[in-house]
Amino acid sequence: MLKFPIYLDYSATTPVDPRVAAKMIPWLTEHFGNPASRSHAYGWDAEQAVEDAREQVAALVNADAKEIIWTSGATESNNLAIKGAAHFYQGKGKHLITLKTEHKAVLDTVRELEREGFEATYLDVKENGLVDLEVLKAAIRPDTILVSVMFVNNEVGVVQPIAEIGEICRDKGVIFHVDAAQATGKVDIDLAQLKVDLMSFSAHKTYGPKGVGALYVRRKPRVRLEAQMHGGGHERGMRSGTLAPHQIVGMGEAFRLAREEMASENVRVRALRDKLLNGLTELEATFVNGDTEQRVPHNLNISFAYVEGESLIMAVKDIAVSSGSACTSASLEPSYVLRALGRNDELAHSSIRFSIGRFTTEEEVDFTIDLLHKKIHKLRELSPLWDMYKEGIDLDTVQWAAH
Amino acid sequence: MAYSDKVLDHYENPRNVGSFAKDDEGVATGMVGAPACGDVMKLQIKVGRDGVIEDAKFKTYGCGSAIASSSLVTEWVKGKTIDQALDIKNTQIAEELALPPVKIHCSILAEDAIKAAVADYRKKQQA
Repeated sequence: MLKFPIYLDYSATTPVDPRVAAKMIPWLTEHFGNPASRSHAYGWDAEQAVEDAREQVAALVNADAKEIIWTSGATESNNLAIKGAAHFYQGKGKHLITLKTEHKAVLDTVRELEREGFEATYLDVKENGLVDLEVLKAAIRPDTILVSVMFVNNEVGVVQPIAEIGEICRDKGVIFHVDAAQATGKVDIDLAQLKVDLMSFSAHKTYGPKGVGALYVRRKPRVRLEAQMHGGGHERGMRSGTLAPHQIVGMGEAFRLAREEMASENVRVRALRDKLLNGLTELEATFVNGDTEQRVPHNLNISFAYVEGESLIMAVKDIAVSSGSACTSASLEPSYVLRALGRNDELAHSSIRFSIGRFTTEEEVDFTIDLLHKKIHKLRELSPLWDMYKEGIDLDTVQWAAH
Repeated sequence: MAYSDKVLDHYENPRNVGSFAKDDEGVATGMVGAPACGDVMKLQIKVGRDGVIEDAKFKTYGCGSAIASSSLVTEWVKGKTIDQALDIKNTQIAEELALPPVKIHCSILAEDAIKAAVADYRKKQQA
């Protein structure tokens, strides 16, 4: 039995795995202690749970538990990593490098630092969404202190060459931060091998609860941060604030499950993705956004030319997906990520992101393919651009009256 | 975003979708918008010898509100003289469809489509 709308927006968030939810509940009711309470068993219990979860998070990425700092989510982790490192190391230089396709939590943080007097370079990516390592190398200056590149892009799912970037940054003595919110449970992360100094994590993209995340802060060689949140000196002074054991236990269990089940889950997800990809690209004039090989199997971002994204979302309300069209916002600007990939505005406005995950079924994929075929056909019948395409008119040669 | 029932109705059951042959007598075409902005409307009117719009058709690439605005306009222009059609204002379209502020540009585009179609008609009359 299909349940509507079918959820195909796992890159936005994932449901909490029922096994995770079950582990969390006792930490709300029975074991409600404050892990910072040192004088009684309620506190000791909670502290133990928090430390166990820290081990579980560290284990997924092959790090030491002492290198994991709890935060409220990847946005906070990105803020703490980038602002914290920039503030600490500003005596060495004030130049930062990131990509145009980063998440807003990184881009906006870097913008804020620019307002504070830092300088930033926002690198273009190649048409496949991947960073050009030579371009990155060339952008590093003597006063560059930090490079921030995401592991997996949230919109198009491409996997950046983190190992190679790490080598370049270590060689140049530049701190390397990676936003891995979309990567955990999808790609292998081995921080004993990767030369990454700071890495941001989120629980809710990996079947854990919203409102909790973590930041990896390398100890060897040691990376220093200036705290952004001040208070009781929790988390070795890097992030004050009473810890939320129920959330943290949830993140720990979610990451433990991810570690155990990632290999088999990726095989299953890949098979579903391939089916979806083949089914949808049977439609004429469809384009996959982002590299076809260097990507997580969970994400499929497709532009259906000559159909506007928001009207397509309306047409397919039986499935829950995201659109790269920004017609829903006041800006009218389509996805900046797709623009950075060199997609023209029309194709950017015509894109849909399907993201599949742990609870996606083959039946749901079959339904989606069938639905898209019907609706794309209907909307193209309505589209003057489709007519022009069919008449052989090159839309790029038309003089449009922009409004 | 929540759409009004009227937008949903026009979106689900668009009126007067299609095209007339561009060069038929009395047919005029207005194409406005740009793919880069996320909406393009093509409005065609068929004007009788008496100057009354006998029929209208549209095709729109755009969001639900853009489709609904153009669908509504095809209904409204029918039976009007071209001067009466020019009196249709975007505010009336926005009000009829209960468009939220971020979608007002769709009603403006629909008004522009009428103007463009009428301008095309007049140009053809002079030729």
